[in-house]
Amino acid sequence: MAAPPAAIELDGLTRRYGERVALDAVTLAVPAGATLVVFGPNGAGKSTLLRVLATLLRPHAGAVRILGRELPAEGWAVRGRIGLLTHEPLVYRDLSGRENLRFHARLHGVGFGRVEALLEQVGLHRRADDRVHTYSRGMVQRLAVCRAVLHDPAVLLLDEPRANLDPAAADLVEPLIGAESGRTRVVTSHDPAGGLAEADLALGLRGGRAALVGPAAAIEPAQIGALYR
Amino acid sequence: MSASAREHPTTAEPAPGGAPPEPRLVPLRAAVRALLRKELGLELRAPQAVPAMALFSVTTLVVFHFALQRGQVEGDLAAGVLWVTLLFAAMLGISRLFVADHEEGGLDGFLLAPTDRTALLVAKAVGLFAFLAAVEVIAVPAFALLLLGPAPGIGTYAQLVALLLLADAGIAVIGTLIGAIAVQTRARDLIVPLMALPLLIPVVIAGAKGTTPLLAEASGSGLPLRWPLLLGLYDLIFGLLAYALFDYLIED
Repeated sequence: MAAPPAAIELDGLTRRYGERVALDAVTLAVPAGATLVVFGPNGAGKSTLLRVLATLLRPHAGAVRILGRELPAEGWAVRGRIGLLTHEPLVYRDLSGRENLRFHARLHGVGFGRVEALLEQVGLHRRADDRVHTYSRGMVQRLAVCRAVLHDPAVLLLDEPRANLDPAAADLVEPLIGAESGRTRVVTSHDPAGGLAEADLALGLRGGRAALVGPAAAIEPAQIGALYR
Repeated sequence: MSASAREHPTTAEPAPGGAPPEPRLVPLRAAVRALLRKELGLELRAPQAVPAMALFSVTTLVVFHFALQRGQVEGDLAAGVLWVTLLFAAMLGISRLFVADHEEGGLDGFLLAPTDRTALLVAKAVGLFAFLAAVEVIAVPAFALLLLGPAPGIGTYAQLVALLLLADAGIAVIGTLIGAIAVQTRARDLIVPLMALPLLIPVVIAGAKGTTPLLAEASGSGLPLRWPLLLGLYDLIFGLLAYALFDYLIED
């Protein structure tokens, strides 16, 4: 049986901020439906990688293909199939949770039925008409998860997605952003054991370079821990 | 993405046979409606730009009332006072235009959406135009009350409104461009007047020249046609310029 096609392909991806190299010749491929977990200390380039894959940042060298489309030239063609969850929830504090999701639903051409279903699924339906600035951090994170998966993306880019979530809330969002969602996922993590447990592939970044890359099953948590020392 | 996005129909169906999936694209008009609804909704929910601009306008007119040491002004002086007041009030609105989007990540949220970036330019410019018009509903009567001599007739007001709306369109387009640049800098409140005021000098000239005969007590002449035409031409040129540049300003 043929291997599934790669949903994400990086070949020598390099990204700089001025003189500083944030990503340095990163090369890897993520098959469709697989989970890549990215490890690395703060400033290693994890968030930059996610922003390049989300089409928010241009690569300065190398090739990036998502769902068979070349970035940045064909970024417009894949935006509707990428979901991004970052440390910033990307919602307006003076709008309610429902208003925020309806705004993003309109921008993605998604019906409001999906908004209501997601609010119910993550347990926000009772507070959906309250302004976001009255929400706890965990509630904002749940709302951000709804925003990220609202348009049923094929590729999910998740920057420490369970931050601010208690175990019960993490369970609520798991069907949406976990492995069982069936999406191709790129997840950043600082938890070697937990991250490797959910990964098919692992990438360890250090100073923007791929210090470690390969199948998660072949990588030990101690190797991940070494990235941080 | 501007041009290419418009060439493809909206679809949500994946392509068969392992080929790259068909793009999902949201039409420009739908995106503009969504953005404008959000823009006006935010201003109604948590008013910031319009109250600040209106309060600034009225306060400035009160200061002019006392500083000029006269109860009434007319002609070119009246036109100058009105246009300077409105222009500086507009700077406040331009400075605030992208702040919520920048600070709360709304700009990234929009950039992730499968739609033409021009939608943001149109929505922001229309929003700013609406804010300017709302401020003028307060500022022009305040100007008439505090500084103007005998009240002009309805016809004069109608011509003044036409001139103001043409000027507002130009200010809205330039303001959206400058606001998008300034919000990415730390010195936003400095950058806006430094960049916008020189670009808006033609608007002030045409607006003030056109308004002078309308506010001249002795003049029986109406609005000279060349000034609204000049404003219309300015709006057209900078509208096209903004359309060409905006993608590059908001994308990486």
